[in-house]
Amino acid sequence: MVYLDHASSVPVDPRVLAFAGRYLKEEYGNPSSLYALGLSAKQAVEEARVGVAALVHAETPSTIVFTGSATESNNLAIRGTALRNRKKGKGILVSVIEHVSVLNPAKDLQKQGFDLGFVPVDHYGVVDLGFLEEHLTPGTTIVSVNYANDEIGTVEPVREAAAIVHEKGAFLHVNATAAGGRIPIDVQKDGIDLLTLSGNDLGGPRGAAALYIRPGVKVQTVIPGGGQEKGLRSGTENVFAVAGMGEAARIAALEMEGEMAREKAIRDSLIEEVLTIEDSYLTGHPDFRLPNHASFRFSRIEGESILLNLDTFFGIQVATGSACTSRTLEPSHVLLAIGLAHEEAHGSVVMSLGRSNAMDDVPLVRRAMKETVTRLRSISPL
Amino acid sequence: MMEVWDMEDRPQIGYSKKVMDHFMNPRNVGDIENADGIGTVGNPVCGDLMQVSIRVENDIITDIKFKTFGCGSAIATASMVTEMAKGKNIEEALKITRQDVADELEGLPPVKMHCSNLAADALHEAIKDYRAKKEGRKEAIEEPAR
Ligand code: FES
Repeated sequence: MVYLDHASSVPVDPRVLAFAGRYLKEEYGNPSSLYALGLSAKQAVEEARVGVAALVHAETPSTIVFTGSATESNNLAIRGTALRNRKKGKGILVSVIEHVSVLNPAKDLQKQGFDLGFVPVDHYGVVDLGFLEEHLTPGTTIVSVNYANDEIGTVEPVREAAAIVHEKGAFLHVNATAAGGRIPIDVQKDGIDLLTLSGNDLGGPRGAAALYIRPGVKVQTVIPGGGQEKGLRSGTENVFAVAGMGEAARIAALEMEGEMAREKAIRDSLIEEVLTIEDSYLTGHPDFRLPNHASFRFSRIEGESILLNLDTFFGIQVATGSACTSRTLEPSHVLLAIGLAHEEAHGSVVMSLGRSNAMDDVPLVRRAMKETVTRLRSISPL
Repeated sequence: MMEVWDMEDRPQIGYSKKVMDHFMNPRNVGDIENADGIGTVGNPVCGDLMQVSIRVENDIITDIKFKTFGCGSAIATASMVTEMAKGKNIEEALKITRQDVADELEGLPPVKMHCSNLAADALHEAIKDYRAKKEGRKEAIEEPAR
């Protein structure tokens, strides 16, 4: 099996599981309880906060709020900031290639009377900074740009965006779900006000994510309740997943450089080999892209059938942005935003690498891709 | 007592074995040279394309081939419809519905039902094309006599 869909799910690092497993079995206390069992759970959460804060060079661990998913972090960032700062203005700007967990809360706020604008991208998926600058108004409170896009791999000019956003007195939210643990992130140098990180993408268990909130940025909760996480995210902490995320962040901080150089070498060779296939194209930026990410499109064939073919005949797992795989039967909004026609978006394939991949995978993937494309084209009327 | 639910109540997960079989070994792929009828339909929902060609002798479909630009289920339904129509009288073949195709495939996930439309429609279009051509030929033959 060659698993190439780490953008969807990452297997939990065995070291993380070994570390965090005890918070399910032996140390099952509730961090809000005052006896020793509760205190040790609380300690685990606080240590995880240190690990996550260190990974992104946050000012202090207290800037990190744990949530249950990256979707929740994005909701807290967009809704929480827009609502808390509504007196200043009702402007929201998001890039067109944001994840739906950024787009949908923003559209929801629009229905409630906020002014929502979309920042376009070029053919590589790089956000149009000129447009951003022109459309920021004194009433804009929050801007959201992903650090890197999980469908096309493109890494955004976050630092430049931050400078522009701050010039106009707005806050910048950056969704780093795909980038976290894969490229170095320094929230202070980058000038990021709010940053979403996913635990699973770092190699931790699902069920934990984080939102970094720069000191001084005002955000209101979207889940009121018992007041955990400084009142910003109520609900008993998922200690196991949070502790796992912290440990995964610590490992990422230590090993990212070496591991990503390794994955990038495999990825580069993968791109080179796959592009030898007739009528195949790279999607996203050729240079400014995540080191573990390769994305393509193939003319005249459809992504779901490519995915099924690779899985059933070769044991290779990939993703696609084809309309046929989406719940709405619409092609990926990211692929349309970079200017692809519907039928071009149809043939999209996304490969995202992880620790289990090796250079040895490349010849198999090359052969599998070639045979798959040939077979499906022989069935295609185009 | 423990509740027992019908299998029907549970969502179907992924494709049936039969769909996968037709996807992996599609029957009757290709074109027919000088086909008696060709039907090409596009899927308005997701933008896919399906083409069915038929050879008809004495109103019986003696040969049938398909080509598809679409998902796994589109390929499987096209393959299935060619199997169902082969050897059938064109009147019977016209009665094949998308539900029949889906049933023969042991069900399709609800979101994929529209792909089976495509297959049945392409077959019906091919038969219509055959009839139109036949009418045209008749006229062409009858013309000089008039
Ligand atoms: S052809 Fe698009 S969903 Fe089946």
